[in-house]
Amino acid sequence: MEELIKSYKGKIPGSILKALKKETLSRKLTKKEVEKVLLRLKQIYERAKINAGESIGVITAESFGEPSTQMTLNVFHFAGVAEMSVSLGLPRLIEIFDARKEIKTPLMNVYIKSPWNKDPAKVKKIAAAIKEIKLKDVSSSFVINIPKLQIEAGLNKKRMRNLNLSEDDICKAIAEGFPKLNVKLGTEKLVLKPKSEENQLIELYKLKEKAKVAYVSGVKGVKQVLPVKSGNEFMILAAGSNLKEVFKIKEVDETKTVTNDIHEIKKVLGIEAARQAIINESSKVMNDQGLDIDIRHIMFISDVITSSGFIKGITRSGITGEKESVLARASFETPIKHIVNASLIGEEDNLNSVIENVILNQPVPLGTGLPDLVIKMKEVEK
Amino acid sequence: MVDIFLDERFIGNVDDTENFVSKFKEMRRTNKLPSELNIYYDKKLNEIHIESSKGRVRRPVIIIENGKSKVTTEIINKCRKGELSWKDLITNGIIEYLDAAEEENALVALNEEYVTNEHTHLEISPSILLGLTTSLVPYANFVQSSRLNRGSKTQKQSLGLYATNYLLRMDTDVSVLHSPQIPIVQSFMHEISRYKNHPSGQNIVIALMSYGGYNMQDSIVVNKGSVQRGLARSTYFRPYVAEELRYSGGLVDEIGIPDKEVKGYKSEKDYKLLDADGIVGPEVKVEPDNVIIGKTSPPRFLGELEEFSIAASTRRESSVAVKQGEEGKVDMVVLTENEEGNKLVQARVRDLRIPEVGDKFASRHGQKGVIGAIVPEADIPFTASGIQPDIIFSPHSVPSRMTISHLIEVIAGKVGALSGRYIDGTTFGSENVEELRKELKELGFRENGCETMYNGITGEIYKADIYIGNMFYLKLKHMVANKLHARASGRIQLLTRQPIEGRSKGGGLRLGEMEKDCFVAHGASLLLKERFDSDKTVVHVCESCGSLAVSDDYRNKKFCIRCGANVEITAIELSYAFKLLLDELKSLGVYPKLNLVSKY
Repeated sequence: MEELIKSYKGKIPGSILKALKKETLSRKLTKKEVEKVLLRLKQIYERAKINAGESIGVITAESFGEPSTQMTLNVFHFAGVAEMSVSLGLPRLIEIFDARKEIKTPLMNVYIKSPWNKDPAKVKKIAAAIKEIKLKDVSSSFVINIPKLQIEAGLNKKRMRNLNLSEDDICKAIAEGFPKLNVKLGTEKLVLKPKSEENQLIELYKLKEKAKVAYVSGVKGVKQVLPVKSGNEFMILAAGSNLKEVFKIKEVDETKTVTNDIHEIKKVLGIEAARQAIINESSKVMNDQGLDIDIRHIMFISDVITSSGFIKGITRSGITGEKESVLARASFETPIKHIVNASLIGEEDNLNSVIENVILNQPVPLGTGLPDLVIKMKEVEK
Repeated sequence: MVDIFLDERFIGNVDDTENFVSKFKEMRRTNKLPSELNIYYDKKLNEIHIESSKGRVRRPVIIIENGKSKVTTEIINKCRKGELSWKDLITNGIIEYLDAAEEENALVALNEEYVTNEHTHLEISPSILLGLTTSLVPYANFVQSSRLNRGSKTQKQSLGLYATNYLLRMDTDVSVLHSPQIPIVQSFMHEISRYKNHPSGQNIVIALMSYGGYNMQDSIVVNKGSVQRGLARSTYFRPYVAEELRYSGGLVDEIGIPDKEVKGYKSEKDYKLLDADGIVGPEVKVEPDNVIIGKTSPPRFLGELEEFSIAASTRRESSVAVKQGEEGKVDMVVLTENEEGNKLVQARVRDLRIPEVGDKFASRHGQKGVIGAIVPEADIPFTASGIQPDIIFSPHSVPSRMTISHLIEVIAGKVGALSGRYIDGTTFGSENVEELRKELKELGFRENGCETMYNGITGEIYKADIYIGNMFYLKLKHMVANKLHARASGRIQLLTRQPIEGRSKGGGLRLGEMEKDCFVAHGASLLLKERFDSDKTVVHVCESCGSLAVSDDYRNKKFCIRCGANVEITAIELSYAFKLLLDELKSLGVYPKLNLVSKY
């Protein structure tokens, strides 16, 4: 029996063979039955394979393109009471496939490790710790003291208590962020004085504006947090994305926490994770719109984007710009640029793909255009 | 302190805003100020705007004082007797006009029942919120507003008696419905707009059922018997115009049968319908390419005459011929002069249009459809009393579109037809549907408008009761005869050698980018190539330099302009568009080389 199954190695995927082995034992199949199953499995597997010359690229593009014509433009989904807008629909899909560096609504789903995720008070505390606090969030006033040439920021005790911050904490954080400043604590205020004496008033004003948004505590980039219950645990929705810093917090579950910023995932978790993130994000968009696309199309697209080890969007600066054929590139965007550059280095177009052959009115090397009758002329002549 | 602006110009300020505004209004209502003035207090900006300028949109509403409408029964009676005119109502401060700005300060009640102390005005009639064409939709308060929109839009496209003097007119692209009828279900607007003088539809019997898939997805099945009896027949008119233009140098166009020597002479049979004066006579049957008005023009360039002409006549043919895909009979021929004193000939061609598969119809509720089949009368289902519908309408068109008014009109029309009266379907003031149903019952029909029907083909009773009744249907101006188009081969563009565009010129139908993608996705590569063969050409390529070579078929010689005749020159098949691209690249200073590789 074992040998019989082994003989099919390479013809049927190993995982399926393994599953079959398990089933034969539990169902007590005879050798004849197993052979029948194996034959049938092989048939099904062969049929599921894509034939040579199938134009999977166009089929994938159409599979996305057709349903996306039905998508409503600019849908925003609001999560909960707090204003947490998430861009969805076509704009988000374009964002993913173009591999934009700056996405419109960065968002993290922060999960908490086991003992703490059942306690809403603790989760709330973590959420508060994640949110980025700027100096203006804890101060009541910003005043430029002209005779003394210094900035005085009044501190709001109540807010500080709410955020669990002491005066020293703030003092320290500001001093770290502004090495050129002398940071001192006054009575209920923070005094910022430039170290160098020859400061102008205008520069002081600019400094004041900078100090307003100075980082005090929390995770940089997280503008808003929202603790929510998902299933039987509590988690945090965070507007703004900074995986690296969030992972430093010990209560955060690094195995589950995700962001919707593909580039950040690539930076922190690597290219394979980015591939999966593209799959997850784009299928989420399609599902939210009630559209059904086969997962393999989505997988194919994210493979194309990530296969080089870098994230390359489907733009003229990404994959499309790397097409081999000059004519294919020229027919996509900025034709003159491509033709002129190609002529400068004497590029050659071997007419291997679709669009160039359409331009020349030649059969496209796909489907019925792929097979050729091959005659070895020299042998015929002999 | 509030600033006051008259026509957006600052004129002063006032302390007691409310008193000022109410006094202003009071004075306007008592004719101490002109009734054209409007006043608006902007709370946010704390400004008062008084408007007297022209071009504002204003509308009349009834004034309410202390929660009571100023229009009393007494006033209504006086109006009825003719003692009070519309002008009197305004001067007496019963009705006033509001503009868009003053409306912001007003609270207008839709109906007298809703009036509270807070209201300042009362709508004269709730149906005033609809425009002219929309008011023509019966029971419009029973449809979704977007459908109402579409319903009034389709009415503008319907065929009818568009002008009573249509026989004397030379309108382009118009049709006249043969026997238009007054709708059974009407609204007040039918009366006001004198709809019966220019009706634009017919009352037909409609059944809501499917019929063998021929009325899927907004198509309708039409009874052939009804068509033969003259349902929705129309006549299509198109004028053809020719003018004897005067050119510089005393040259003129000439209307007459062109000589055979004329440049661009068609063929003798194209001119056969012309009378001696070069114009076709009335009641002559014409077909595409037949010349209706024969005309010749002087040569385009004077130089041509001296250099190349042998005979005296090098005049150009410029006759007016029947357009592609059109036919009919010449209805009327007019010979006149235009403003410049040139001889003007107009010939109007008329064509009888009997409903055919593909013609577009609509009810007044935004339910438009195209004829999917014209079924012999024998096969049309019939009721117990022998009634057969003129049109079979798909019931699937109703739920998602929520056109309840469409269904109500069927019942209302049925009652109207049976009792011999017009039904009032005015929006917000229509006859009660419950009452109509009762009346229908009294007339001996089922209350819900359904009837037992028999399959026209087998004679079996349908298990379901069929909703059947009368309604007003419109034939729309979109007819297939004006749109059908196909071509195998024909004229091509000079530059690209691709087929020309447009039905009127007999152009090709484009297989576009997305259609191309479909071929590729199916892997139908060779079929795709064949589709794009429309501009296929053979070019000769010099294999040594890669540029296009010359093939001189007279001397049977092939040579490359650069490399001479002693090189290998191969003929290849390309799209002419690509040859053009190569030429364009050369003009850019880019040298495109064709590197030929043998496939085998």
